[in-house]
Amino acid sequence: MVFSGLAEKLQETFRRLKGKGRLTEADVDEAMKEVKRALLGADVNFQVVKKFVQRVKERAIGQDILDSLTPGQQVIKIVRDELAALMGGTQSKINVSPKPPTLVMLVGLHGAGKTTSAAKLANTLRKTGRRPLLVAGDVYRPAAIKQLQVLGQQLDVPVFSMGDRQSPVDIARAAVEHAVGTGRDLVIIDTAGRLQIDQEMMDELAAIKAAVHPHEILLVVDAMTGQVAVNVAEAFNSRLGLDGVILTKLDGDARGGAALSMKAVTGCPVKFAGVGEKLDALEPFHPDRMADRILGM
Amino acid sequence: SGHKSIDDDLYEELEEALIQADVGMDTAVDLIADLRREVKARGVREPEQLTSLLQELIGDILGQETVPLNTGGPPAVIMVVGVNGVGKTTTIGKLARYCQSRGQRVLLAAGDTFRAAAIDQLEIWGQRTGITVIKHREGADPAAVAYDALQAARSRGADVLIIDTAGRLHTKSNLMEELKKVGRVLGRELPGAPHEVLLVLDATTGQNAISQAKLFGQATGVTGIVLTKLDGTARGGVIIGIRRELDIPVKFIGIGESVDDLRPFHAGEFVAALFDRRDKETV
Ligand SMILES: Nc1nc2c(ncn2[C@@H]2O[C@H](COP(=O)(O)OP(=O)(O)OP(=O)(O)O)[C@@H](O)[C@H]2O)c(=O)[nH]1
Ligand SMILES: Nc1nc2c(ncn2[C@@H]2O[C@H](COP(=O)(O)OP(=O)(O)OP(=O)(O)O)[C@@H](O)[C@H]2O)c(=O)[nH]1
Ligand SMILES: [K+]
Ligand SMILES: [Mg+2]
Ligand SMILES: [Mg+2]
Repeated sequence: MVFSGLAEKLQETFRRLKGKGRLTEADVDEAMKEVKRALLGADVNFQVVKKFVQRVKERAIGQDILDSLTPGQQVIKIVRDELAALMGGTQSKINVSPKPPTLVMLVGLHGAGKTTSAAKLANTLRKTGRRPLLVAGDVYRPAAIKQLQVLGQQLDVPVFSMGDRQSPVDIARAAVEHAVGTGRDLVIIDTAGRLQIDQEMMDELAAIKAAVHPHEILLVVDAMTGQVAVNVAEAFNSRLGLDGVILTKLDGDARGGAALSMKAVTGCPVKFAGVGEKLDALEPFHPDRMADRILGM
Repeated sequence: SGHKSIDDDLYEELEEALIQADVGMDTAVDLIADLRREVKARGVREPEQLTSLLQELIGDILGQETVPLNTGGPPAVIMVVGVNGVGKTTTIGKLARYCQSRGQRVLLAAGDTFRAAAIDQLEIWGQRTGITVIKHREGADPAAVAYDALQAARSRGADVLIIDTAGRLHTKSNLMEELKKVGRVLGRELPGAPHEVLLVLDATTGQNAISQAKLFGQATGVTGIVLTKLDGTARGGVIIGIRRELDIPVKFIGIGESVDDLRPFHAGEFVAALFDRRDKETV
């Protein structure tokens, strides 16, 4: 693993802290340097790291824990708890509309995993009794519609498409009508990948939102994303008002530092984690486990 | 900016800029240490000179020359590899056009037989460029596709064969073995092939890209990198550490989704963009 050296170092630091009967402010400073290194190595956003380390330091020094019996352990606990808190409680539920159908829209950068996650979500929610309809709202990427159709076929879930000559807004509108007409109570809209600075493409998402009022707009984020993750989440959130995040590609060795800032930036939690290419590889998100992973523990 | 003298604050500001560009903590710290040494050695006094000096140091690591594609064959065989969703298939479409515009006859191989509609996607790029795509069915053995494509490239007298592969996470050893097999089959049929193994990296990726480069490099002997999605706000600073540690050159960059959105990599332009503040202008 790429960061295992760092993880060892961090654990050594923590072991050292644990071993000490008494900690000085300098000990805490030293440990915080390692924590900072670990977080940046896990691609936690730079600004987030700065504030985070400051807060942990204040808590550690402010709470008289330096004079307690196991100060090292308490510092570690503060770090982990603060990390988990930053990512919010466990909340993997989708907002279900009292009046069906429930509309879910997936948005995000190119290649993040939107189309795959749409199919995974249909698969997961079908197991809870929903009757999903997948909507091919990406009219730009070559073979995007076909991709969703193949996935729908694999799951035996219907896919609504109007080809690539109609606007995604019209497609979304027609899809909702189609869902009502065919007794589908869950509509999952796939959208094309786009840059958060592409005004025209961001306008298109806002227009879909205005046309069909999704109950749930989910940002799909690649767990390997670096420092831009915060910027991206901010932009999508301020334009659309997000309800949650799906973090993908957690089946590799990504530390997933991007996850950390999502809640802080958007105010909404990571709801699901993608852990593979297969359509059953979607899991509820666990902030506490993620905290351990980010720290390399 | 606005510094009266060269002090710790200024160095820290530069280090922060590097980290925000995904250069990574370790490389950033080393670069700043090098910068301090150079400032001393050259007797630099003006704070304004530090950025350009730092750019020079990074340029030295990345190499000022643009590294061309390896030639070989004919056909010159190019394998394109990388993790999921980074832009492999799209890059192949652009690269095909690039080779074409240099008068080369190109053939494409649909070696991603796994992902839904991956073959159809490559075929659309084939249509856009007027290039034939050699394909099997979904689920077929990628090595068999590569073998057939190489035979076809030879019999048709193609100059370049570009082979798509399925996205895979570098930590999945069975999938990396599958990739090795594709390389072995090519090498057995045409000694020296694949002449080029291009690792596609997504510029929005952070420090995990180092692990990607390391493990794809071990499995397939990567000869060059294509850094995609540089039209966004990401800078792709992680390639500095990759060049330093693994000595893999970046050969091309991707700057969009259209067929002409591929450029040979220029260290100077890349380094200049590392420090611009595009990311502040969001929607
Ligand atoms: N290993 C792994 N691969 C994933 C995961 N989620 C998606 N992928 C893969 O990532 C790649 C991109 O996924 P897509 O669903 O096509 O991504 P997208 O966001 O729809 O892409 P665009 O429509 O081009 O913007 C595909 O190869 C998927 O199989 C995951 O959780 N783990
Ligand atoms: N903005 C931008 N988008 C790009 C660039 N290169 C590729 N893309 C987009 O990124 C997404 C993924 O591209 P693909 O070519 O399908 O990626 P891939 O690596 O082949 O994906 P898998 O085969 O699923 O692993 C698509 O939406 C592309 O249009 C680029 O340079 N800039
Ligand atoms: K990505
Ligand atoms: Mg898609
Ligand atoms: Mg592909």
